[in-house]
Amino acid sequence: MNSPKFMGFRRENSRVGIRNHVIVLPLDDLSNAACEAVANNIKGAMAIPHPYGRLQFGEDLELFFRTIIGTGANPNAAGVVVIGIEPEWTNRIVDGIAETRKPVKGFSIERSGDLNTIAQASRQAKEYVQWASELQRTECSMDELYVSIKCGESDTTSGLASNPTVGTVIDRLVEMEATVSFGETSEITGAEQVCKERAATAEVGKEFMRVWKAYDEVIKQHKTDDLSGSQPTKGNIRGGLTTIEEKAFGNLQKIGKKSRYVGVLKPAEAPTGKGLWFMDTSSAAAEAVTLWAASGAVVHLFPTGQGNIIGNPIVPVIKLSANPLTCQTMSEHIDLDVSAILRGEMTLDEAGDRLIEHMIRTCNGRLTAAETLGHREFVLTKLYVSA
Amino acid sequence: MIQFLVHDRADTVAVATVDIKSGETAKGLYMETREPIEIKVLTDIPLGHKLALKDFKVGDTVLKYGHDIGRVVADIKAGEHVHIHNLKTGRW
Repeated sequence: MNSPKFMGFRRENSRVGIRNHVIVLPLDDLSNAACEAVANNIKGAMAIPHPYGRLQFGEDLELFFRTIIGTGANPNAAGVVVIGIEPEWTNRIVDGIAETRKPVKGFSIERSGDLNTIAQASRQAKEYVQWASELQRTECSMDELYVSIKCGESDTTSGLASNPTVGTVIDRLVEMEATVSFGETSEITGAEQVCKERAATAEVGKEFMRVWKAYDEVIKQHKTDDLSGSQPTKGNIRGGLTTIEEKAFGNLQKIGKKSRYVGVLKPAEAPTGKGLWFMDTSSAAAEAVTLWAASGAVVHLFPTGQGNIIGNPIVPVIKLSANPLTCQTMSEHIDLDVSAILRGEMTLDEAGDRLIEHMIRTCNGRLTAAETLGHREFVLTKLYVSA
Repeated sequence: MIQFLVHDRADTVAVATVDIKSGETAKGLYMETREPIEIKVLTDIPLGHKLALKDFKVGDTVLKYGHDIGRVVADIKAGEHVHIHNLKTGRW
């Protein structure tokens, strides 16, 4: 197969990014203000505020560190300034990101206060931004690209057209030896046996079922009704989707017809090889895309029916929709209109060609709708209450 | 003009790809085989919503993508709107 090239940023650890961000990453909720002040001082530096990082413990804490370190380590970030309330956990994040050999420096607020910290961190961010501004894109191949996929505010047009368009692209990307990840554990409910059968080996299928059952148990433990309104969402229902099973079979159209997933990842865990991977994630868009960004994905394909408008601070999220009403009334959010499929004027293969072309242009630097509109949803997954 | 699509030959519901009015005889296609199908529509079906391809009784299973997508909770006639008022998840 003719595998297209794209122009990306090859980082110190050889991983390929498609954006060149300098990010200012808070360890905790308390450090958001300082990070935002630094980003305000230094044009071209981006703060990524979030509400957590205090008094978490156990697997919830491990997931927190994996997500924050992974975000800094993502190849779409050229350099990282970390600010935390105290030095120990700040340094844990700095050390984790430093394994990529990219520039990273940490600052802590206790015993210097916000103002001194902001001054020091701003000087560091200024150096990183000027350094990063001279980095050049180089030719990269598709086997260096890590793509994540997830749909949102789906409706029946997602299952008919936009999701299978992504499926067509995923089958081709896997053939080109790219790395791809899908997830949305709870949203596979109803189609879990079909998903299990798409695993590359029986062991991987068994691991998927273990992860799916664990999520299903959590839902059964906490549910007070049939979840109608949450799963499917009110938007899904408005668009014609009735049950979680119907949504699940539509969702699975995204993984194509041929590809088999080679492993099951924990939330925010980086894949250890190429091909298609399942990640255990929530089905909420911002939470899931944040986890994939933290696992190293550099571009995200996002089919939508009713018009989910999500973006991510560091990963371009490419929206496609086949719903003519959405493409008409929310055109500024939609990167690729594939509604012609519903009219029988475009085949899935043609839509796949268009999506790959659009993805390459995005990889080369074209900004997505979500990037231009300033959508930077960064939502950490929290597993349980804090200590 | 096509007004609805059917994912799988075994499916008992179809998806409207345009707004369909009650009383119309709507034209559709089976996606895999491109085989045409017609049905008299008994209720308004908005774009994206499902219409029944057969009569259902309470407790029946509805097939879409060739798979079980839930259980019928109110009788449905062929050509009627299928949604949350007559179909529920079998899982939660």
